[in-house]
Amino acid sequence: MLFLKSNVIITQENILNVHSIETFGTHDGPGVRCVVFLQGCKLKCLYCHNPDTIAMEGGKPYSTDELFDIIVKSKPYFGENGGVTISGGEPLLQAKALIPLFKRLKAAGIHTALDTNGRILNHFAMELMDRYTDLVMLDIKHMTEEGYEHITGQKNNQTTFTFSKYRENSGKPMWLRYVLIPGLTDKPEFLMSLGKYFKSYKTIEKLEIQPYHKLGIHKWEALGWDYQLKDARENTEEELKNAQTTLKPYFKMISIN
Amino acid sequence: MEVKEFIGDKWTKSVNVRDFVYENITPYHGTDNFLEGPTQRTSRLWEICKSAMAEERANNGVRSIDTNTISTIEAFEPGYIDKTNEVIVGLQTDRLLKRAMKPFGGFKVVEKALSEHNLKPNENLTELFSKYVKTHNDGVFDAYNAEIKKYRSLGILTGLPDNYARGRIIGDYRRVALYGLDFLIEQKRKDLDAIEGPMTDEVIRLREEVSEQIKALKSMKVLGQNYHLDLSRPAENAREAVQWTYMAYLAAVKEQDGAAMSLGNVSTFLDIFIENDLQEGRITESEAQEYIDQFVMKLRMVRHLRMKAYDEIFAGDPTWVTEAIGGMFSDGRTKVTKTSFRFLNTLYNLGPSPEPNMTVLWSKELPENFKKFCAKVAIETSSLQFENDTLMRESRGSDDYGIACCVSHQDLGKSIQFFGARTNLAKTLLLALNGGRCELTGTQIFDGVPEYKGEYLDFDTVMTNFKIAMQEIARVYSDSMNIIHYMHDKYYYEKAQMALIDTNPHINIAYGIAGLSIVADSLSAIKYAKVKPIRNEVGLTIDFKIEGEFPKYGNDDDRVDALAAQAVADFNNELKQFKVYKNAEPSLSVLTITSNVVYGKKTGATPDGRALGIPFAPGANPMHGRDEMGAMASLNSVAKINYKDAQDGISNTFSIVPKSLGADAEARTDNMVSILDGYFSNNAQHVNINVLDKDTLLDAMEHPENYPQLTIRVSGYAVNFVRLTREQQMEVISRSFHDSM
Repeated sequence: MLFLKSNVIITQENILNVHSIETFGTHDGPGVRCVVFLQGCKLKCLYCHNPDTIAMEGGKPYSTDELFDIIVKSKPYFGENGGVTISGGEPLLQAKALIPLFKRLKAAGIHTALDTNGRILNHFAMELMDRYTDLVMLDIKHMTEEGYEHITGQKNNQTTFTFSKYRENSGKPMWLRYVLIPGLTDKPEFLMSLGKYFKSYKTIEKLEIQPYHKLGIHKWEALGWDYQLKDARENTEEELKNAQTTLKPYFKMISIN
Repeated sequence: MEVKEFIGDKWTKSVNVRDFVYENITPYHGTDNFLEGPTQRTSRLWEICKSAMAEERANNGVRSIDTNTISTIEAFEPGYIDKTNEVIVGLQTDRLLKRAMKPFGGFKVVEKALSEHNLKPNENLTELFSKYVKTHNDGVFDAYNAEIKKYRSLGILTGLPDNYARGRIIGDYRRVALYGLDFLIEQKRKDLDAIEGPMTDEVIRLREEVSEQIKALKSMKVLGQNYHLDLSRPAENAREAVQWTYMAYLAAVKEQDGAAMSLGNVSTFLDIFIENDLQEGRITESEAQEYIDQFVMKLRMVRHLRMKAYDEIFAGDPTWVTEAIGGMFSDGRTKVTKTSFRFLNTLYNLGPSPEPNMTVLWSKELPENFKKFCAKVAIETSSLQFENDTLMRESRGSDDYGIACCVSHQDLGKSIQFFGARTNLAKTLLLALNGGRCELTGTQIFDGVPEYKGEYLDFDTVMTNFKIAMQEIARVYSDSMNIIHYMHDKYYYEKAQMALIDTNPHINIAYGIAGLSIVADSLSAIKYAKVKPIRNEVGLTIDFKIEGEFPKYGNDDDRVDALAAQAVADFNNELKQFKVYKNAEPSLSVLTITSNVVYGKKTGATPDGRALGIPFAPGANPMHGRDEMGAMASLNSVAKINYKDAQDGISNTFSIVPKSLGADAEARTDNMVSILDGYFSNNAQHVNINVLDKDTLLDAMEHPENYPQLTIRVSGYAVNFVRLTREQQMEVISRSFHDSM
């Protein structure tokens, strides 16, 4: 497909479908980050706080050059730790077009991170991760198959573990992210299972516990979708602390994001 | 003079404080671990101050006023908070927070301010000022022409210092501590003798001014004697250095009530005396902190008598005791000392406060520990502003400078500025669209712009007319400034401050603009969308219909950001065309203080879609809610305004909720450092930092009694939130809080 923008013909090869850009991200990776939210995700997690990024349609096409120009303007703010994070949506759905972008970002000395659910592991995703991605942030939805399906609406939580093994074998840094939902993911047995499973991993620098919040509800309503976790409550400080204590023996670092 | 413990040569022969600091400074690269809490004495004094301030709030913003005495350097018996606990003494009047009359700016203003508290000046004074004594205000209105009066009444020029004192002049208060008054008097006498004929206007004026300065220095000696201090000689230890410096400042704020009376950069200077005493074992760290705490406490208690109308443009009763902290020497050494930390530490020892207006001179090269401490203090107190030291030092060629008022560079002791408030650039654009007529009243303001007839606004035509409008506004603005500063020198000369500045200093005349983001977005709408003016029956454009999308200032989009930068450059260029009183050099600021609210009220609907009466964004900020790409993009847009075109300063107020700054305290501190490094490496000049929850502000509106010290940064200074009017509070809350999650 070809389309015309600013009188330049661009092929789809290097086009990314972008939902939005946040030039001051502080919760998606280390330091100050430019966060690019891509449009489209195959999962529909119950708690998704960006449900408007789920649909594969919509979004705004950006060439990788355009995105590079936007990101590089934020470079002075990245300091020693910051950089760019591609989130979504599911970024690896667009792994192919991310390769040229990340290639340029790496050449410009910018730290790159992916925030992914780990369901896609094709050769584009592999090349992107192995050669150009400094940090992979992998969402662990649930440790059980039933829980995974309940939360994401899709089967096969093994994909997550295949993905994590792949990253582990590459020897490159990874963070895990785990949304702590009272009554759904916060049972001690799930946490223990999470800890035990990843205990031997060497590439995991950090586990981020993500407190459950309802800030995304209005977006669900705007989409005319039913928000099923309406009755769920946000975590208490104590619950967050307890989860941290339970998981502590298994990870180098745990933060509450 | 003989000072054994300090090294250097130049500064002992002539007045040169910079050389003294340069030769004797002990730069500090360590952490804040050494800092001490308040002493018992300090805490006791602060309790008294707090209850006095509570009384002040309860009593319509004023604790008490003296209606009999004209405030001068020597006026009033000495005043104390609680003498036994004070290690640094001196109040403006004989009682804490009692305000004094300084009528030479304008007697009517004093009468008005008093009447608002059901008071009247002493009858003798009323007779004196109505029959025999002329003020600055009287002089200005004798000289103003009809055109200037029209601009003033229609809100095109607002807040000019024509009925209040101009301020903005920073005395080099360090001089009194370093040299003592006898030496300074001797130097000024030499200067006076060297000012010889032929006796032209200029020479006569300068001789008169220097003579006035010498009188002021003598008065300072008397002020010192009243407090049993011998200011005729240099300070001999740390406590005296702090005390002497404060006395010099006190003399200035007793004699003048200038809108902004900055302190300069005293922290680095005082550190030399403190470090010396610490090294010699004469004082402890706790005592060192006590001097600074008590000095700062005194600065917090400075008050001027203001009328209510003043509050519209400068809300929250500010005094702008601006202290510049940190920065670098041009040789690459830092000016950060332990006393830079001690000053910031007062925000913990005494709690947050708008005054003194602490301004960190930021450079990427600052010691990392200091950067982190500043970030932490900014996050925890919202009481700091930051300015780009590298940019100002390199562009202005001086590394010993203070910040006049909010954002303006001023070479200490060598340069002054004539303050000129600001003009309304958004309204200027509307005048250009209405053939020079005021969009609200229909009054013809100037000729030379054709009536705009087209169905849609054409960018090139609008720009041509806008240029003409700028020329007209600049001309009248310049005329009024000449009159104001001529009269201020004549009737309300700042003799105490000028006595501590080199004879015949360099002068900047400081113009300003409000409504920049409105202008940028309006021009962008005209250029990139289609804008249809909606006219009323007499042909005045009262609204606009916008068809299509246009880029908005604040999203790091060059298409519109360039329009903002160009508008500043163009207006600055117009201002440079006029000859100025005392050959002052024109400079421009993009700064509104809190006048963005009142300017909004007096400005009709604008082509960017803003409705009539809606407040402008403050300073150089993007318009509320239009910066959609996050904080960095917003900062980048502001950074594109070239400092060379706005050397008086480019103010940006950045508000963020704590959580958006990072997940935990450490990340927040590190991210704040990254923001400041990034923003300033893009050659931005200034930023105010607020780290606050919107909910906190809403709660403070409902329960002000629970938030007596809640401090927020507005355009270029800080205020107690609870002292703002409700309208100004709402405007602050409606501003872009960067809170994406």
